[in-house]
Amino acid sequence: MEITLTHYLVLSTILFAIGLIGVMRRKNLLMLFFATEILLNATNIAFAAISYYIGDLSGQMFAFFIIAIAASEVAIGLGLLIVWYKRTGKIDLDQMNSMRG
Amino acid sequence: MELYLYIALFAPLVGSLYASLFGGSPKSQHVGIVASGLLFTSFVSSALLLSYVMGGHTVHVELMTWMETGDLYIPFGFVVDQVSVVMMMVVTIVSTVVHIYSIGYMDHDKGFNRFFSWLSAFVFSMMVLVMSDNFAGLFIGWEGVGLCSWGLIGFWYQKESATWAANEAFIMNRIADLGMLIGIFLIYWNTGSLQYDVVFSEIGNLPLVVTTWIGIFLFIGAMGKSAQFPLHTWLADAMEGPTPVSALIHAATMVTAGVYLVVRANPIYDLIPNVGIFIASLGAFVALFAASMALVNRDMKRIIAYSTLSQLGYMFVAAGLGAYWVALFHLMAHAFFKALLFLGAGNVMHAMHDELDPFKMGGLRKVMKGTFIMMTLASVALAGIYPFAGFFSKDLILEVGFVEHHYVIYTVLLLTAGLTAFYSFRLVALIFHGEERYKLFGIHPHEAYKFMLVAMSPLLLLAIIAGSFKMTYYQLVTSLLPDTQYHVHGEMTYWIMTIGTQLFVIAAIVFAYKKYSNWNSVPDGSSKLENSFGYKLLSNQYYIPKFYEEVFSKPYLELSRIAWKQFDLKIVDATVDSIANAIYKTGENTRDIQNGNLSTMLRWMVIGLVVLVSLALAFTVGYNAVGA
Repeated sequence: MEITLTHYLVLSTILFAIGLIGVMRRKNLLMLFFATEILLNATNIAFAAISYYIGDLSGQMFAFFIIAIAASEVAIGLGLLIVWYKRTGKIDLDQMNSMRG
Repeated sequence: MELYLYIALFAPLVGSLYASLFGGSPKSQHVGIVASGLLFTSFVSSALLLSYVMGGHTVHVELMTWMETGDLYIPFGFVVDQVSVVMMMVVTIVSTVVHIYSIGYMDHDKGFNRFFSWLSAFVFSMMVLVMSDNFAGLFIGWEGVGLCSWGLIGFWYQKESATWAANEAFIMNRIADLGMLIGIFLIYWNTGSLQYDVVFSEIGNLPLVVTTWIGIFLFIGAMGKSAQFPLHTWLADAMEGPTPVSALIHAATMVTAGVYLVVRANPIYDLIPNVGIFIASLGAFVALFAASMALVNRDMKRIIAYSTLSQLGYMFVAAGLGAYWVALFHLMAHAFFKALLFLGAGNVMHAMHDELDPFKMGGLRKVMKGTFIMMTLASVALAGIYPFAGFFSKDLILEVGFVEHHYVIYTVLLLTAGLTAFYSFRLVALIFHGEERYKLFGIHPHEAYKFMLVAMSPLLLLAIIAGSFKMTYYQLVTSLLPDTQYHVHGEMTYWIMTIGTQLFVIAAIVFAYKKYSNWNSVPDGSSKLENSFGYKLLSNQYYIPKFYEEVFSKPYLELSRIAWKQFDLKIVDATVDSIANAIYKTGENTRDIQNGNLSTMLRWMVIGLVVLVSLALAFTVGYNAVGA
């Protein structure tokens, strides 16, 4: 069986769905980061696959950008997470409600 | 000369603004002095302008453009010609006197500063009214005068009756102003201008029916301001205001605006003698009608107010019959003695602690000599005894009626002259002669401040000698107004008429004195006269206020109530409230979104994403479907 564009896109969609569910359901901040990483990589797969399919390199470049941004985002996010953990000893989302309106 | 014009016009405005700076603070004497001083400046400028105009010149200035759109061009233009300068003199003399008098009269009033602010603003509006060179400016002054009179009649706003009277005056005037406004629109529509000179040169080319309607609508405006029947009820009720206001507004200036309008618009009224006859007939009717109400009234100020009404009727007779200069002359003479009469009444009121019923006074001549002399002389002038001012102007109106062959009008006016003399001296006799009935009420009257009497003296002088200006005045104004001379044919007839009128008036005076100068009791409504039908009819003002109340006010109130309960509350308010409630409820229900929980927010984000993606999808599909 040859692997076509459709397979890649289906994989991307499944990963994106997993990521979304993770974003919605996870209460642990660390797990939330994982979920966002899955989301970003789902799009990366789609970008790379489509780029190869239509023979345009811009998509793959975009994927690199996203990787770079994801890396910096995680760096900042984890930094904040550590600070938060040091102050409160918890990383549970339900207890981070100081922004309650 | 332009400088004097501006000074005469704007000095009262400056006075008003100055006084209004201190409007909220307690009484400060300097406000009264500054306002009076500025008024006096205005008077001096007017006098200088008068001497200039008497040299045969007129002053016409354009301060600035007011409106300029398309063909409409209305400047703030002012003109000092033979007619307006006479009005300016009358207004500034009387108002200067009234301002100075008010310093004494309002001495103990909390609203001293506010009073002067309104009073000067009133004079300014009146000056705009008389000096404007176009109908639009006249209308501005007209409205300004109405507004200030509202403020002054309702000056003691804590009194229910005063605010009621103020509103009545304002509303009555608004009704009439609508007529006036329609008249002005008609003028603009047909002549394309509102400038007096343009309008009056064009008016002859218009179809007669248009001119007639213009004349009628302008006169409706004049009827409101000059309190002619059937819009007269406000004038007597306006006596709720402080007495200097009555003197200024309801005797000398504001109510004469209607007469001024007819005189000013004489080229229009000359073309439509039928309307003129109507004006004259209405004037004669009002003269008699008002005089009859004054006969039995028991309120000093109202009696004088009715006499004003009656004299305005005289002026309209003259104006209606085309004797514009006679109308203006009577306006001038009347302003002096009527203001004097009111100011005298103010002194009496002060002395009697705001008692207005002349039956509760009596014998005041012993304690109030100055006021007694002034009021008596003013009443003599009002009655028209030779050689006082009233004789020259009022007799002239009678002659006009006679010469123009309107014998009914003449007879009515003659009868009214007798009634005028009677009620004026009934008042004087009741207040100043007879037993000192006020002692029953424990009042200790005192004479007014000396400077108030001194301030009144120029009016007294003018009330006595104004008649001698007749020829000078005639030569002055007839360069602008039709210079018809009214001479009764035959020397004999003239003398019989004049002497006959004099004798009739004197007889009325003597009768009033005989009947009332020895009055010794306060009527309590039980005497036979007081229960007669005629007396009741007159003392209830022919039941006209009651009629208005029943026929207009009450149904209107009912209508308003229905509109309020059914329409306003149930439709308008309900709509507005439901919109507000919907928004409020939405906010209430959606505030849970903002609970600060990151997880919930993320879920909403996902929902938003789904919504946006599905929208994008739907649009793409739809677009493709249409495109295909």
